[in-house]
Amino acid sequence: MTIHMRRFGSLAALAALVVFSLFPLYSTLVVASHDNADLARPTPPLLPGARLPEHLSEVVEKVDLGQAMANSAMIACVVAVANALFCTVAGFAFARLRFRGRGALFAVVIGSAMVPTQLGIVPLFIVVDALGWYDTPAAVVVPGLVSAFGVFWMRQACLEAVPAELVDSARVDGCSLARTYWHVALPALRGPAAVLAMLSFATTWNEFSWPLVALDPNDVPTAQVVLSQLAGGYYTDYPLVLTGVLVSIVPVLLLFVLFARKVVAVLLRGAAETGS
Amino acid sequence: MNAVGRSGRLGSRIAPYLLIAPFFVVFGAFGVFPLLYTAWVSVHRWHLIAGGGAFTGLGHYRDLLVDPLFYNALSNTVSIFLLATVPQLVLALGIATLLQRRGAGWQVLVLVPNVVPVVAVALVFGQLFGRDYGIVNFLLGRIGVAPVSWQSDTWAAHLGVATMVMWRWTGYTALLYLAAMRAVPRELHEAAALDGAGGRQRFRAVTLPGIRPTLLFTVVASALGGVQLFTEPQLFDGTGLAGSGGSDRQFQTVAMYLYEVGFGRFDAGYAAALTWVLFLLCAVFAVVATALVRRVVRR
Repeated sequence: MTIHMRRFGSLAALAALVVFSLFPLYSTLVVASHDNADLARPTPPLLPGARLPEHLSEVVEKVDLGQAMANSAMIACVVAVANALFCTVAGFAFARLRFRGRGALFAVVIGSAMVPTQLGIVPLFIVVDALGWYDTPAAVVVPGLVSAFGVFWMRQACLEAVPAELVDSARVDGCSLARTYWHVALPALRGPAAVLAMLSFATTWNEFSWPLVALDPNDVPTAQVVLSQLAGGYYTDYPLVLTGVLVSIVPVLLLFVLFARKVVAVLLRGAAETGS
Repeated sequence: MNAVGRSGRLGSRIAPYLLIAPFFVVFGAFGVFPLLYTAWVSVHRWHLIAGGGAFTGLGHYRDLLVDPLFYNALSNTVSIFLLATVPQLVLALGIATLLQRRGAGWQVLVLVPNVVPVVAVALVFGQLFGRDYGIVNFLLGRIGVAPVSWQSDTWAAHLGVATMVMWRWTGYTALLYLAAMRAVPRELHEAAALDGAGGRQRFRAVTLPGIRPTLLFTVVASALGGVQLFTEPQLFDGTGLAGSGGSDRQFQTVAMYLYEVGFGRFDAGYAAALTWVLFLLCAVFAVVATALVRRVVRR
């Protein structure tokens, strides 16, 4: 009896978890596919409607979401590739090469992750503006080229996947550092690097406050900024705004679905690290 | 041959530094330098675009200490942080326990909210919390509660913004706890069970102390996130007032105030002082939170 009760309780809790996690997304689809008149009924619609295609063409008429998404994709791709490259070589160096100051330098990497750098948005703007980068892709790409999280995590991946003996013996055999990296380390690090690239892409795609100030909002900036503009003004046309939201979510959700299992594994391992 | 070998050795001595250089160059130029530069900016009259002016000493800091808008933003931030974090950590503990013996599919599910862009989260919840046609008020109406003005009432607005933060981060936090729980040695649980400890007692005596470092990490991380909270409240109120946090600034956070001072008034000097004070508060909070978690969850 009590076992049945407990079982029922945990099933109910899991059901609540599904609703909690997915309802806002589902409701986005519902709102985006109905008219304001439908939404204003005493009982709001609970199933998707038929207006989505209409709203899509209306959004495209109002703002240049296509161009904005192309901009976002380009920026996010560059940041993703750069992170995969720079974090992997740095992680390899910290994990498998011996050099003076290694421990202290790695401590700086860890410490830098705890600095709330987003608060430094005003001085960052002054620096980027002085470099002449205002309203250029460089303003939103360069500060994100390599991340502390990426270096930390690629070091971890290297410690697990690239045996120290293999690196050492390759070096003793006269293999250059570049060739050792290319033939010994890189094959084992390709998977983790791909996950890191995906996470960097998503982070950059989702960025809002920095592109908001670093790019001219009158030119077409990034997808997130354009969406916020679509929502601004004295009246927010939610079916239209949420249609835009729906479109802007698709790339990151697709990537997430493709990489989901690996991302979760990364997160779980990383958490075990912080806990130990 | 010999010379090549030697230069190769020299090369391999420098090579590690070259490999890690990109991180330090980027972090130095766009992380450390702007922060240090903030100190310089904060003691000058400084227009964001026109640049630096007269030296003002600690003038900006003095103004900040008696700035009611600063205290308003600070208390809003603390209130939203508490409303978002306390339920989030408790819920996350529950979810982690629930998922302990479940497959990876569930872990993927709870992570979904975390990959949705913040802007999307803010706009979606802005609609859900709409006064007239939002589903939250509809459901409340069903149980006889009068429509709540989520954007104009202070407490309701704090709760609304906190809900968004909770939605985005609870699953993520739960996964961190799950990982930590799995790392707690099974023998400890078995020994406690042998001593006659029930499920709840084991949770308090074995699980919680076992995941203490992770608890601490999540509390500090939420606080750092809390101080930087910007997008959710910025877009919560879609109607024209966006940026000020409601008609009475009832949900303006410190990060929003920083944005208003820096990019609305172009007063970079004052914004720089604000930045430094917020950094200091973050550091103080990290220390206090560490001590608190140590005391609450004893080893």
